[in-house]
Amino acid sequence: MFDIFVIPFCLGVLALLVISVIKYYNWIKGFDRRQQMLVRKNILSWKFVPAIWEMIRECLLHWRITKHNVLLGYMHRSLAFGWFLLIAVGAVQAAVAFPGGHHLYMAIFFNYFEPRTPDMAHTHAMDTIATVMDVLLLYVFSGLSLAILKKLWSKPLGMKRTTRHNVTDRVAKFALWCIFPLRLLAEGATSAIYHNGGFLVAGLGSVMESIGLDNGILEYNLWLLYSLALGVFFTLMPFTRYMHIFTEVFLIYFRQLGLRDSDKKNGYTLFELSACSRCGICIDGCPINRELGVTDIQGVYLLQAIRNKDVLNKANDIANMCMVCGRCSTECPVGIDLEPIRRQVRNEQVSSIDHPDGYQYLKSVHHFNAVGRVAYFGGCMSHLTPGITEAMEKIFMAAGQSYWFMDKEGTMCCGRPLMQQGMVRQAEALRDLNKRVIKKSNATMLVTSCPICYQTFVKDYKLNIPVIHHSQYIDMLINEGRIKVKNGGQRVTYHDPCELGRGCGVYDEPRHVVASAANLVATEEEREKSLCCGYNLGNIHIDSEQQKLIRDAALRNLLAPNPDMIATACPMCKKAMTRGSDIPVSDIAEIVACNLVDS
Amino acid sequence: MKKIAILGAGPAGIEAAAVLAANNCPVTLFEKGQQPLCNITDKAFLFPNFADADEVAAALRAKLDNPNITLRCNTEVTQLMPSFIAGFQEENLTGTPVWKVNEELYDVVLLATGYTPFDAHRKEELGYGIYAGVHTSLEMEKMIREKKIVNSVGENPKRVVFLQCVGSRDEKSGNHYCSKLCCVTAVKQAIEVKKLLPECETYVFYMDLRMWGQHFEEMYRTAQQDYGVTFVRGRISEAGGTFDDRVQIKAEDTLLGRPLKMTSDLLVLMVGMEASKGTRQLSEMCHICGEYGFAQSLDPHLNDCRTQGRGLFVAGSCKRPMTLTDAINDGRAAACEILTSL
Repeated sequence: MFDIFVIPFCLGVLALLVISVIKYYNWIKGFDRRQQMLVRKNILSWKFVPAIWEMIRECLLHWRITKHNVLLGYMHRSLAFGWFLLIAVGAVQAAVAFPGGHHLYMAIFFNYFEPRTPDMAHTHAMDTIATVMDVLLLYVFSGLSLAILKKLWSKPLGMKRTTRHNVTDRVAKFALWCIFPLRLLAEGATSAIYHNGGFLVAGLGSVMESIGLDNGILEYNLWLLYSLALGVFFTLMPFTRYMHIFTEVFLIYFRQLGLRDSDKKNGYTLFELSACSRCGICIDGCPINRELGVTDIQGVYLLQAIRNKDVLNKANDIANMCMVCGRCSTECPVGIDLEPIRRQVRNEQVSSIDHPDGYQYLKSVHHFNAVGRVAYFGGCMSHLTPGITEAMEKIFMAAGQSYWFMDKEGTMCCGRPLMQQGMVRQAEALRDLNKRVIKKSNATMLVTSCPICYQTFVKDYKLNIPVIHHSQYIDMLINEGRIKVKNGGQRVTYHDPCELGRGCGVYDEPRHVVASAANLVATEEEREKSLCCGYNLGNIHIDSEQQKLIRDAALRNLLAPNPDMIATACPMCKKAMTRGSDIPVSDIAEIVACNLVDS
Repeated sequence: MKKIAILGAGPAGIEAAAVLAANNCPVTLFEKGQQPLCNITDKAFLFPNFADADEVAAALRAKLDNPNITLRCNTEVTQLMPSFIAGFQEENLTGTPVWKVNEELYDVVLLATGYTPFDAHRKEELGYGIYAGVHTSLEMEKMIREKKIVNSVGENPKRVVFLQCVGSRDEKSGNHYCSKLCCVTAVKQAIEVKKLLPECETYVFYMDLRMWGQHFEEMYRTAQQDYGVTFVRGRISEAGGTFDDRVQIKAEDTLLGRPLKMTSDLLVLMVGMEASKGTRQLSEMCHICGEYGFAQSLDPHLNDCRTQGRGLFVAGSCKRPMTLTDAINDGRAAACEILTSL
């Protein structure tokens, strides 16, 4: 059976299929060598099991969004999972109804073709399936009405600000929103003539019949419109945000295979760009939005600008105006790692100012003299907060640990600030030298005081000795009984540094340390939700007044429980907070050093 | 008789009180400290003529000996607001109390709550409070006053380094302004150190030296020619401790374009001036708070002692960083303005 109105739908599906295959093929071809190797190595491994579980959890059930806001999660789930079930149950329905085989469009436009098929047996099972289909349609409608509510008033769905979309996205969204009401109306019109369908469709059918419409003409036009809406949506899909529906599946799979972003934009980045659903969840938490009211630089707009190839102007500005605090990445329901993508754009900008003579000075740094098994790296920022390095030296002495303060005299950068600015090659030069020095020292452990250094030592250096932050080291000393600390009795709130918390997932150890030397008081926004101190080296484009605004927001959160002191575990955060706080701001090492008990 | 309150018994407040008292206006002088002139009692000599600070302070204090002046020490003003009572109009200032100072009402209030030195702990990289050899300019002044300049182990220092612009002209500490008197103070203190310890090397690290006042340039020249003080253009980026409790300095000589390291017995931080806590709170309370917490006058040229509050006047370093000389003059000017307004 065939009818001319199915053509828009069929063309839409064909276009979607062809364009998607071409796009995905090109993107996969664009993987760099390491990524290709990982795909080849892991493609036949057990890793597809967690991948499939994650696909079900995130693409259909939208678990991460539900954790963000229950209602928002329900909205996405009802649309995605509801539509998925409509298609799946629809396929079953068609298979049962047409045992002799059928075309794809006959399943999609089932209610139109079913009554027109001669010798159709109305079994009990068919009635049940029709009822299930109507329930599913209602489920999708509940999500659709939430989506319309979100458009008008997004606050109940946990979003203060939503994304500003471009024209194609809006047209596709309109087509998507039309699909389900048109489907119901078309099915109702058919039911008015043939009395088929479940409770919802049949109910609507009897209403349409009773008000005396010309259901013959209406029916055909409605089915045509439904087919058109589907056709338009599917054709636009590869060019709009709705491409994330399929791309997220691929992204999850590749991520489970172990693929990560590299320094240059490549095929994997393109998968990430396309997997962004432009939901805008990244906007609300961003400190640049919250404190400075700048609402066009968040992750969603960065990815949009790169996708639109605005790289030369817009994407640059967007990529630069970011604290690199990582809040957006922890909140992204698709799990897109935004920092490396920003770095890629920044790298494109700075590659022109990269000249090899800049590394000459590294040759003069050679006065390293390693003593002791533990190497201690203070970092540039700790040298600007000597209270921290002094406290650490006191703690090493108290623990009877011989240590080598590797950057005491010849300070050398760990490379991460350069990385953050996209100066990947320069950072590598610094890393190589530091690596050589550490290797030569025969140290068996590296302790750092600065979370910025810690992050790069852990993630980029690939040292063959353990690297720990001083919060973890002090926690270890206390647990092993190598130092004894008394509780000083002060009420202390703890500020999670972005680089240590969201960057490296170290939340508990510093809290243990604070709790052993003082009374730790919880704050409203902490751990993953912790606020940026405003002075992150990741953004060298905001001015001091703007930094202050971001810092003050973080301070308000820390001062709300009326503590005696603010504790943090990052020299940068300490400096930032000290500039604006009336109460003392201390590093956890300083608090411990003050409360050491001789054993 | 109009009731006049002066908040702050510093140079500006005392001078204004003296002028008003001489014109038969009774004034009440509020001081939160135990004694008037807290900020100059621990000074040694004053630039540019090396006048004895004690003599100047004594002369100012003597002016308080007037039956028209009631001095209330240990009295912190925590409340200052216009008391808009019924029938109040600008022209009937006479007899109508309009400003509520703590629990009392005054016709005229002169805000002379002054400055506070920048807290050097906030520039942790300079090691104040961490290394024994790091001092502020105020502590150095005390040492000069006691004629006992010693390093952290109680010996005469062989080298003293002064660092300008600590907490002023510094975007990072949030103070973009120049504190005006640190440049010449460092020159003065370097000369004093040389006078007391001729063998001691003295260095002054500066961004640029602002020798704006009469005789200042001459002092600067003398410091170099006669006393051998070395001036280095560049800021000190960080200070560290050495095993013998001296201070190691990392800086850049921006004239030579080279980084340098230096070990010194003493590092003296020339701390800038910030609005005092009283200035900050009271000017906010009566809505005349300007930049950086300083009080704002109506116009810096023509109306520098009046404010937008009727009957509320300002004088001295509560408006902006000011030298002692400027503060005294400003107190006198404010008194004239008050007399005119009565």
